[in-house]
Amino acid sequence: MGLMCSRRRYRLGERKVQEMKSRIIGAALLVVLLASTNAFAQIKVVATTQDLESIAREVGGDKISVESLAKGYQDPHFVEAKPTFIIKLHSADLLIVVGRELEIGWLPPLVNQARNARIQPNGDRYLDASQTAKILEIPTGQITRAMGDVHPSGNPHYWLGPDNGRRIAQLIQKKLSEITPADAGYFAQRYADFDRRLADAEKRWQAAMAPYKGVKVVSYHRSWPNFTDAFGLDVIGYVEPKPGIPPSPTHTLELMQEMKRQNVKLIIMEPYFDRKTPDAIARETGAQVMVLAPSVGGVKEVTDYFKLFDYDINLVVNAIKQVGAK
Amino acid sequence: MIVKRRRIRCATAYATLAFSTWLSTSAFAQTPPTGAATPSPQQPADPQQIRQDLDRLRQEFEAIRDSYGARLAALEAKLGSASTQPAPVPLLPEPAAAAPAAPVSPPAQAAAQAPGQPGQVPGVEVPSGAAGAGGPEGSLPVYGGAAASSKVFNPDMAVIGNFIGTTGENTVESAPSLEMHEAEVTFQAVVDPYARADVFLSASPDGVEIEEGFLTLTSLPGGLLAKVGKMKEQFGKVNTMHAHTLPWVDVPIVMKNFLGGEEGLNDSGLSVSKLLLNPWFFLEATGEVYQGNSGPFRTQERNDVSWLGRLRGYRDINESTNLDIGTSFTRGHNDAGLNTTTRLFGVDATLRYRPLRRAIYRRFLARTELMWSDRGQDTGDVSAFGMYVSGDYQFARRWFGGVRFDRSARATDANLIDQGPSFVVTYWPSEFSQIRGQYRHTKYAEGVTANEALFQFLFSIGAHGAHVF
Repeated sequence: MGLMCSRRRYRLGERKVQEMKSRIIGAALLVVLLASTNAFAQIKVVATTQDLESIAREVGGDKISVESLAKGYQDPHFVEAKPTFIIKLHSADLLIVVGRELEIGWLPPLVNQARNARIQPNGDRYLDASQTAKILEIPTGQITRAMGDVHPSGNPHYWLGPDNGRRIAQLIQKKLSEITPADAGYFAQRYADFDRRLADAEKRWQAAMAPYKGVKVVSYHRSWPNFTDAFGLDVIGYVEPKPGIPPSPTHTLELMQEMKRQNVKLIIMEPYFDRKTPDAIARETGAQVMVLAPSVGGVKEVTDYFKLFDYDINLVVNAIKQVGAK
Repeated sequence: MIVKRRRIRCATAYATLAFSTWLSTSAFAQTPPTGAATPSPQQPADPQQIRQDLDRLRQEFEAIRDSYGARLAALEAKLGSASTQPAPVPLLPEPAAAAPAAPVSPPAQAAAQAPGQPGQVPGVEVPSGAAGAGGPEGSLPVYGGAAASSKVFNPDMAVIGNFIGTTGENTVESAPSLEMHEAEVTFQAVVDPYARADVFLSASPDGVEIEEGFLTLTSLPGGLLAKVGKMKEQFGKVNTMHAHTLPWVDVPIVMKNFLGGEEGLNDSGLSVSKLLLNPWFFLEATGEVYQGNSGPFRTQERNDVSWLGRLRGYRDINESTNLDIGTSFTRGHNDAGLNTTTRLFGVDATLRYRPLRRAIYRRFLARTELMWSDRGQDTGDVSAFGMYVSGDYQFARRWFGGVRFDRSARATDANLIDQGPSFVVTYWPSEFSQIRGQYRHTKYAEGVTANEALFQFLFSIGAHGAHVF
């Protein structure tokens, strides 16, 4: 102010002030423009699975771009660490992982080579989606690999419980709001909307499954505890003798006897496992094999997190009706 | 989950117990026992007596407080030790009623906070008289809990055993009939926010040595990745792989003839690689400098360093098939004469097929490496060519079959050519062990033919390592 007054004393100075003013306005405009383009710039999210991708999309809307590394129809334990994933991770603003050692066989070398400091484990742009999830089957006591490929920090297939979908969404909402605080309201509103639609859908799914509480099933791999827990199915055995160990004849025989004894008529499995043994068990015991979608993208129709449960529950209900299982 | 729930219930029970104990003590503090303490307004009592009563009360209260304090400390100590053991069932029925009032929101978090409790260090009483002797007063902290939590920073450790058996006759290359060929011990961890470290110690009949030990700087700007330490040089494919990740028991002949055998080019130095981003494919350029004393290289002076350059391109043909192509060049001094050098040039190509939907049952990998060695000797340069081509097919979840054909001249004499095929079958009982058999037919330049059957047991214990690509 003082400067301007002192300059007003001179005519030349006045012109300078005018110039300065226009420059300031120009600079301000530029800043506003830059800020607005920044606001339009999307947060680049990379998720390890299509489930996380779908939930991130629900929360992030058009403020984020999101892609996943593993496909829903492949076994998430055995993904190849392709160099093309390095390129995706290199430019990622946020990496969302399933955690609980699901990706331990392939993600660490990719992250190491990503040349992206922020997405390194425990970096501020590395989000472990399992942090607040309800994790089942956390082993207690001494664990050894004699138990097969056990996950010491619990079953990593936790997204198959819809309540965990909500917890994951909340985590993502928090993280996105941290990254762009200006859009926190947008993310909060989208989360609230997702939460409401999920609650409605859960009622629908629960209603569909209500008549079949306690129906006994056998699953191929230990992928389904959160699903069966949420919808009241009772898993009495597994086609795999131990996690990650392929079916053996003795175990298969024992399982068939147990299924006959308990009158189990349903086998659930993932699309990426071989149907040979489950089919043989089904023939012997009169059971039905259901190939459920273990993830978004597991089958073509399952394009988002809601359709994942729509598809699986529809399949389960129809199969139960068909075999008349109790 | 049951155990977890029990642990939460136990923790909340203890918390409620502690809370109610505190409540009861503070209740004593606020409302002293009636009658004696509350002087009736109708009977103005002697102030002296009131003071005495108050003193007595204060003593009583302090005694109660001390006893509760001691009990609380004992409980805390018990809680500290209980959190590492399976949760005991709480004995007191009273807190159970109050338990549901405790926070129940996210169960995982509640459980995560229950064990450890870093803020509270369970204490033991200092022996009486310690204070008088200049020792500490009150309770001493117990440091066992802190020691347990420091283990989380221990590096991931694994041991990989490699047992090799060899049968048949080979007068050119001798190998023991049965040998615990190598036990590789790995230590891997993040150093700080800027780097990670990988150390591989190899214990073999020759002794213990650092197979690799390097620091990787993961937080460099400009798409750079740097490594410092002893490491396998980025020359081609097989040279960069550890013995237990190869699809064969042995290494191709060209490795032995040009790169110095199973160890290959593996030296102390610096490596910097950069992603060359482009819209078409993955492209990575690597530049490295080494001491110059591995494989065919020998230094005579300190500045006889060897250096290496590599360019690697990779492209997905479709989601199941991809192509990986690289070229490498390295140059270093050799011991053939005064100031003589060896130059090596290599081209490698790998075609992978792994259908995502059947990824755990089927895969195919075809690979070839072509190498040219140009070795300066006092008698003149020797230019030699060597190669191998191989195919590996997974035909069941635990079964792999493969073939390899080798042909390589010797770096010292291009007219001496060794060649022959190999056939391999591998069985994987689990992800952590492999049993392999290999039939090898080799025609050596000396005119000797060797027919050998090799077998191998591989096993891995400890941390789950990631699979190399």
